[in-house]
Amino acid sequence: MRFDRGKLPQMGAFTMRFSKSFALAVALVACSAALAQTNKYENVGKTATSEEIRAKDITILPSGKGLPPGKGTAKEGAPIYATHCAYCHGTTGKEGGPLAPKLVGDTSYERGPMTSWPFATSVWDYINRAMPRYQEGTLKPDQVYAVTAFLLYRSGIIKEDDVMDAKSLPELQMPNRNGWVPARLEDIPDLKKRAGRNGQYPGPDPTAAH
Amino acid sequence: MKPKKSDRRQFLKGGAALAGLAAGAIAIPSAASGDTIKDALAQAAADTYEGTPGPAPGQQFDAVYGVRSRYETVGRVGGIGAFHHGPDGKFSRPFLGALTPLQDVMGIITPAALHYYDSHGYIPPDIDPQKHSLLVHGMVERPMTFTLDDLKRLPAVTRTHFIECNANGTTNGHGADPEATPQITHGLTSCSIWTGVLLSRVLDMVGVKKGATWILAEAAEGTRFSKGIPIAKGLDDCLLAYGQNGEAVRPEQGYPLRLISPGYEGIYNVKWLSRLELSDSPAITERELYYNTTVTEGKFGDHKSRWFRFEMGANSVITRPSGGQRLDSHGFYEITGLAWSGAGAIRRVEVSTDNGRTWKDAELQGPVLPKAHTRFGFPWNWGGEEAVLMSRSTDDHGQVQPSLVELGKIWDVDANYLRTHGLGHANAIRPWKVAADGGVYNAI
Repeated sequence: MRFDRGKLPQMGAFTMRFSKSFALAVALVACSAALAQTNKYENVGKTATSEEIRAKDITILPSGKGLPPGKGTAKEGAPIYATHCAYCHGTTGKEGGPLAPKLVGDTSYERGPMTSWPFATSVWDYINRAMPRYQEGTLKPDQVYAVTAFLLYRSGIIKEDDVMDAKSLPELQMPNRNGWVPARLEDIPDLKKRAGRNGQYPGPDPTAAH
Repeated sequence: MKPKKSDRRQFLKGGAALAGLAAGAIAIPSAASGDTIKDALAQAAADTYEGTPGPAPGQQFDAVYGVRSRYETVGRVGGIGAFHHGPDGKFSRPFLGALTPLQDVMGIITPAALHYYDSHGYIPPDIDPQKHSLLVHGMVERPMTFTLDDLKRLPAVTRTHFIECNANGTTNGHGADPEATPQITHGLTSCSIWTGVLLSRVLDMVGVKKGATWILAEAAEGTRFSKGIPIAKGLDDCLLAYGQNGEAVRPEQGYPLRLISPGYEGIYNVKWLSRLELSDSPAITERELYYNTTVTEGKFGDHKSRWFRFEMGANSVITRPSGGQRLDSHGFYEITGLAWSGAGAIRRVEVSTDNGRTWKDAELQGPVLPKAHTRFGFPWNWGGEEAVLMSRSTDDHGQVQPSLVELGKIWDVDANYLRTHGLGHANAIRPWKVAADGGVYNAI
């Protein structure tokens, strides 16, 4: 732990209200934490505040970690899609455009993201992270849930009235969840599971049971 | 700025007069008044400047930030999404991508102004370094922010590494054109000297929590480009680079801060770096799913996609003689080219001048650095016969660059399939055919 000079008097006032033994324990914990951390590079960088982290942290993990409260259905998503997305991706999402891929796919040769991506959380993450182009970050969580639901519905993955929220979205089984090699996330950093150093995989899935 | 000769003379005389004044002289010293040491020195200086030829008409000169000779016209041409390539290559959308003229780059370093880039359609942001910071958070003991000044206070390292797009070397499309140059076939690799802080040092400062296995690196551009790397890689040799070839990283290369993930696909070298989040899972953001995978319907027997193909394989290409060039006369030519591997250092390069029937060791001309372009040379006398030139690299992990047929076997597809479909990681041996008239052609 790096000592933040600005916070020291506050900390002192805090500990004084408690018993001496408690204060001693606090001091010991603080000392051992300080020893555990390197202070080789004193006063370089600042401790990030929770506000700074909240303002920048937009990551959604496949587990759903990071998803905010809110919800939406395909019905609610249709007008949002028409307003914010259709200009580049086409009125039904099957069209795509010169700088925008098609979004709604089937099982034909060139799939759209809904039928090829393994996690619905990735859809939410990307719409929230990067769309609409040049107006990134303007959609509210409810709107992102609704547009996500709309695309999933149009791709035949959910029903029109299914509610997408922080609980249902990560639980959704995507059709191509097992279409990736290696399929298990924990196997990805393992060179052996990836069957070679240089990113070239032999045809058969090396992690599949034979 | 193209000053006329007479203007420049005038300016220099004025400068000499000012120098003279500064030295205590009252007026411009003349030969007649050269009776003190100060005067003599001023006169010598004035004479020297007088004798200096001024710029020729059209000659560019910039004393502040130098420019190359106007006789040097080597440049990038449009890359992915901006394709109008060729000698008069035009950019329909210049921000999309550009290819390095490998056939004209000397030694192993790519000038920053010629380094390839592929922006995937997103315009490089205009970042004020004073307002830029790097947030490191997630599964760490102490989340921290670092300004550029903070990072420059930390012990620096300087490392030479190539960055290569996973789509480099494709054997389909323009990569199969008979007229294709190394710029077209392999121009998505470039090599720079990067200066910055080891990521491991910063991870040590924030304290990695037990169980953290992934680092998500995120850019400060509009779409907040992000890519995950395993923590083992981050602790190994990743670099937070603010310097490229002795100056600040170029805007299209990630100014003011770029994550360098040596040997990994170009997409892992996140530009405009502003956030690193440690977690116990890959985030599987859009970039893991679109650009860096092989969506394989119909391509593989198992109809599955390959993702997280981190390292680029052992590769090489002859840059001279190469496609688009012409041998003027019979006689001696050094066959020269570049070899590289994402796994480590190049241990060996072999060259064939008979379409792969026989191979001989080329000279590694050094420096031979891990995960860096390595220059090789091979003496060759051309007697005017048809010849097919090839190079084959081996890295220090024993990986040997495959032929197109061998690459097809690795991918479990027919070699002809690779001539019509791009699969990425296309490090096949590249043949250049020398015709009897001296013309050199892509013969993949």
